[in-house]
Amino acid sequence: MKTIKFGRIIIACTFMITILGCANHLVAADRDILALDNQLPAIKLTTPEDQSLRNFLGLPEKESFSVEEIKCEILIIEIFSMYCPHCQKDAPAINELYELIESDKKVAGRVKMIGIGTGNSAFEIDVFKKKYKIPFPLFADADFTVHEYLGNVRTPYFIGICNQGKIKNRIFFSQLSGFNGAEKFLDTVLKASNCKQEK
Amino acid sequence: MKRKLVIILTLMICSSFMISAQTFALTDSFRNSIYNPGPLKPLDSLLKVKVGDRAPGFSLPSVSGKIISLSDYRDKKIVVLSFVPAAWTPVCSDQWPGYNIVEELFEEQNAVLLGITVDNIPTLFSWIQQMGDLWFPVLSDFWPHGAVADSFGLLRTDGVAERALVVIDKNGIISYIGVGDINVRPPLEVLIKELQKLNSK
Repeated sequence: MKTIKFGRIIIACTFMITILGCANHLVAADRDILALDNQLPAIKLTTPEDQSLRNFLGLPEKESFSVEEIKCEILIIEIFSMYCPHCQKDAPAINELYELIESDKKVAGRVKMIGIGTGNSAFEIDVFKKKYKIPFPLFADADFTVHEYLGNVRTPYFIGICNQGKIKNRIFFSQLSGFNGAEKFLDTVLKASNCKQEK
Repeated sequence: MKRKLVIILTLMICSSFMISAQTFALTDSFRNSIYNPGPLKPLDSLLKVKVGDRAPGFSLPSVSGKIISLSDYRDKKIVVLSFVPAAWTPVCSDQWPGYNIVEELFEEQNAVLLGITVDNIPTLFSWIQQMGDLWFPVLSDFWPHGAVADSFGLLRTDGVAERALVVIDKNGIISYIGVGDINVRPPLEVLIKELQKLNSK
């Protein structure tokens, strides 16, 4: 009798978990999680082993970190995939964006970039990084956890967040695809950021 | 016994729903041009070959117009067969663009990659154009329908192939068969490790 009840409880719980999981997924897809002025959902990433990348992000040596711990005023996040042709095509131009930021004294240090490889393993991230000589930190999201948090967006997706002001990690830029060159993109992002005024 | 079966079935059904959320994480390159079949039964065929068997021989037309035979690579190259279910479907449409940037990894392992689907040549031609051209041959196992996939035991009951990777050594012997959940892209490292293992023998 106890075994029957136990079995029923397991089935009931599994269905509940699935329904909740699917509902969460549907809500995530419907609601515009990445709408302007929203707070970026809390996402945790694995700290890079490479010390130069940790230094770039201003992170101590620890297993994982939250995006809000990255030391910068503006953070540009590219949601990409090694398997996405647009992401592959855009990669050289996005490297140029990084070089542009790092070479501009007014911007370097204030604006930082990271990439999150949706559905990509650490191996696949490494392949993409080597193939396109990506100089900024890339993070694996092999099990799509971050991807789900961010509303299952298509790739490449660009998010600009501001680390200043009342709302921590405020989204000020949110764009699917359409990378239009390093200079134009940086100009658009800086104009949209409005970080200083919030201070 | 019955109770156990019900529990296992429930878990399987539920996990397939959970996987579906990831299945359609698509690149924007294929916006509005991909047919979404929804979550599919993870596996729907029975293998007819095993590791250590001689691979069934085949000759298939490729999109470039050449007829490609497995025997072309005998004593020369390791052959990787990438069976994907169908053109213009979600997971398939990003698996091969990923392989498209790792030609060097295959070269390092002295391996060739052959992509195979059960679609006809005109369909494959259009699909490949959308992917931005591929460095590896794409073969059509359209007629007799799915005969090559079937010779490996990789043809599903609805006429499409499983999502599978088969590694064949230079002597024509199968060294690896990876038949995964049709809804999930196989991680690249699994294949590369198998090639490394074969080369280190």
